[in-house]
Amino acid sequence: MEKTLQSGDFKEKSFVLRGERDVDTQTLEINVGPQHPSTHGAFRMNILLDGETVVRLKPVMGYLHRNHEQIAENMSYAATMPYTDRLDYFSSMSNNFGYAMCVEKLASIEVPERAEYIRVIMAELTRLVNHVSLIGFLLNDLGAFFTPVVYAFREREKILDIFEEVSGSRMMCNYLRFGGVKTDIGANTLEGIKKIVRAFPAFLEEFETLLTKNEILCMRCQNIGILRPELAVNASITGPMLRASGVNYDLRKVDKYSVYDRFSFKIPLGSRGDVYDRYFVRILEMHESVKILEQALKDIPQGDIINRKMAPFVKAPRNFKPAVGEAYARVEAPKGELGYYIVSDGTAQPWRYHVRAPSLINLTILEDMCLGQKLADAIVILGSVDIVLGEVDH
Amino acid sequence: MDQLFVNLKNMALHLIGVFAPDWLVSLSSILISVGAMTFLGIFIMMYLTLMERKVIGRMQNRIGPNRVGKWGLLQPVADAIKMLTKEDIVPEPADRLLHFLAPVMIVIPALLIFAVIPFGRNMTALDLNVGLLYFFAMSSTTTMVIFMAGWGSRNKYASLGGMRSVAQMISYEVPMVLSVVPVLLSVGSLSTGKIVEAQADLWFVLTPWGFFACVIFFLCGVAECNRSPFDLPEAESEIVAGFHTEFSGMKFALFYMAEFMNAFSIAALTATLFLGGWQGPLLPSWLWFILKTYSLLFVMMWFRGTLPRLRADQMMGLAWKFLLPLALVNILAAGLHLYLGGPAGFASALIILLGSFMGLSKVNRSYVPEKREYVLAD
Amino acid sequence: MLFGMGILRGLGVTLKNFFASYYKKPEEGGLFTVEYPEKRLPVKERFRNFPFLVYDTTPENMRCVACDICAKECPPKCIYIVRDNDEAGRPLKKPAIFDIDFTVCMNCGICEEVCPFDAIYMDHEFEIADANRLDALLYNLPDLLKPNDYFQKIRPNDAAQVDARRLEAEEKKKAAVAAVKTQAAAKDIKPE
Repeated sequence: MEKTLQSGDFKEKSFVLRGERDVDTQTLEINVGPQHPSTHGAFRMNILLDGETVVRLKPVMGYLHRNHEQIAENMSYAATMPYTDRLDYFSSMSNNFGYAMCVEKLASIEVPERAEYIRVIMAELTRLVNHVSLIGFLLNDLGAFFTPVVYAFREREKILDIFEEVSGSRMMCNYLRFGGVKTDIGANTLEGIKKIVRAFPAFLEEFETLLTKNEILCMRCQNIGILRPELAVNASITGPMLRASGVNYDLRKVDKYSVYDRFSFKIPLGSRGDVYDRYFVRILEMHESVKILEQALKDIPQGDIINRKMAPFVKAPRNFKPAVGEAYARVEAPKGELGYYIVSDGTAQPWRYHVRAPSLINLTILEDMCLGQKLADAIVILGSVDIVLGEVDH
Repeated sequence: MDQLFVNLKNMALHLIGVFAPDWLVSLSSILISVGAMTFLGIFIMMYLTLMERKVIGRMQNRIGPNRVGKWGLLQPVADAIKMLTKEDIVPEPADRLLHFLAPVMIVIPALLIFAVIPFGRNMTALDLNVGLLYFFAMSSTTTMVIFMAGWGSRNKYASLGGMRSVAQMISYEVPMVLSVVPVLLSVGSLSTGKIVEAQADLWFVLTPWGFFACVIFFLCGVAECNRSPFDLPEAESEIVAGFHTEFSGMKFALFYMAEFMNAFSIAALTATLFLGGWQGPLLPSWLWFILKTYSLLFVMMWFRGTLPRLRADQMMGLAWKFLLPLALVNILAAGLHLYLGGPAGFASALIILLGSFMGLSKVNRSYVPEKREYVLAD
Repeated sequence: MLFGMGILRGLGVTLKNFFASYYKKPEEGGLFTVEYPEKRLPVKERFRNFPFLVYDTTPENMRCVACDICAKECPPKCIYIVRDNDEAGRPLKKPAIFDIDFTVCMNCGICEEVCPFDAIYMDHEFEIADANRLDALLYNLPDLLKPNDYFQKIRPNDAAQVDARRLEAEEKKKAAVAAVKTQAAAKDIKPE
């Protein structure tokens, strides 16, 4: 009988293979393969099963690697902006936000107020889109045959229509520029956003009635995939996963980047760190995002939408040569801490460009969360980690 | 109007009896019934698939299929043509005999059950004295056939799905049979025709034991058909499609047909046993039967569109730890109601049942959602 | 509450949606399916799909002068321009070849932003699928040229802004030319 455990493997739980005790059994190695309806993209998990219990899990990623960092090192700074859209293709505005912040830090560019407010509005709308779709996909993995997905996508459609009005494209927005945003929002669009924000709490009410106290959901999600806060902090997990384990760390409050310090909102924290907590923390975060949006829409000032010094570089991006140096900027993307690290050597192309993708870092403790659980739970835990393969593989 | 189909059949038999000997008339009587059942079975199944897709579509705020024919009415025909023209692939190491027999053997019991269902007054094809026992026997054969299908495919995941399905079906047989016992206590016969006639005054679902028995029977029946929320062996669970992975084309169509025919039989039997069968004022009896059965089928599709799936061990735990004790207590409550009679019996049965329901919920704490506290920090 | 209340409430939500889909309007929670291709949703004005070249009155008066800026700035490098030469071999301000490979273009809109001559803009056409894989989506100069009226039809606000700006620039040029002429005329008279 094969034994694949090493001595340091199971520090957290004492776990005994059933076969060690009485019966000579074999373990089964399966691939939850790259083509699978429940993995969120082309992602493989190599699982060693004993009966139905997971003994070892190895995530294998890289099926969607598109060379994003190397492409960016060969292009001018502005030409990389459409490529950052495609990293986490569900929340393109947040990706643009991080990149724009990093270059502005590198070249010390200031952003006018109206542009900052517009950026915050777009980022929070993206957070709504992402969390609501994620809950839909989690329930799809659980087997609810697409109904929560369709309800979630009803709201998502309205927000994507706003993105299309503002930037020209529903998902690959390419909207932020260094020093501001590309085009202005008209009064009609602001009215549209206000209408969405007004209708959103009612939708969340309906969504919660369908899901939150559902006994089957609770049976499947509570006490599954528990992540202890010390392990989460040591493994540099960020985002809703960290907050569901009880650690109070949200970049919007810690870094106070952009104009987030002008809005009053709270950070929801979970207590157990299981799948149910991650789901519910996301719902509470959506409530908080609605609060931020209401405040931002009320206070948005008139003014420039792009720093005047950057205007000539819009027509000639090849001439934008920031000073020699390096910068790291991070935003609270809906999935976690999205960080960009750029090293500039004075030419129009960056010397080194690196993206710290939250989905990739959050995947590293998938094994620790799944050991000792059943195979069905492993799929649910993967769904709650919230990965997008575009980000995991750059 | 009420006896429309019976009169039609009698007219046809008279017509044959004019120029044919007696034995031919009785043979053709049997053949007419069998032919009607078969045609009915296939027709029901085809339009049930369409009804399911449209109902679930409407629940999800979208239109179901509506391109093929007006309102999608020719969609099942298109599906049938598609399934017939697919290539029939048998994996090389598979057991050819089992692989061939499994789809056939799963449809046969599903069709045979139709013989004891009372479609209307005097419209049971075969009014056996042991009708209900016949139904349980037929539905148990399905269990073995599913295991045959999973085993004969010689595929890790198919046999895994097959074994899970067998465990599920065996677990849910027991509460199902036990929940029907109160009905037998009340009626005193196993024949489905007599059960319906006994509900002329009061449908059994309106008594406390009948209500609980109806719910238990319906849930167990949904589990027997491998439908949501108990569809772990069949739907795209963690791994592929379970026991019918390796079947394509017409074989898969036969599995699909069997599932829907089983669902129809469960709905029909729930209507017969608890909801009064074809009893009802004003409308013809077969129309009442169709209304009751199709509303139960709507409930099944409603469950499918809303609820997530249960995990294998939770599902079996639900059957053994929750439904089985409840079914046993139900028999006691039914006995009390029938023995004491009147309001005293009604009240005592109700109290016992509600008490045991609460008690079982407390005991099975792992199935009840926990209360969670969430902090909103700064 | 009772075990099972959560499920029942969830079922209630679905049933409400089932009935609402029959009689409610799309905004309030009814059906919002648009049955394509019989009915289509109108696209928004700023919707950017693939690029096209603008000409003023006739295709000969195209605004593009083959400066090659859009080809240099295009991130996936999908534009290929070759400047035209006249009979004597001197370069003209027109492209001879202007190819865009739509299978490479990623609809980013950077070419529209950087063009100094208001020549290339993003179109709204998206139903251009073709079965030919090799060159059906490689658009040449005649396919890409579209009149200014078309531009005004699909994007009225942006076209109005562009036209206003060009008109202003022309007025300024004419005024400058007139000022130089009067100055020259004045200088001619003076030495007399």
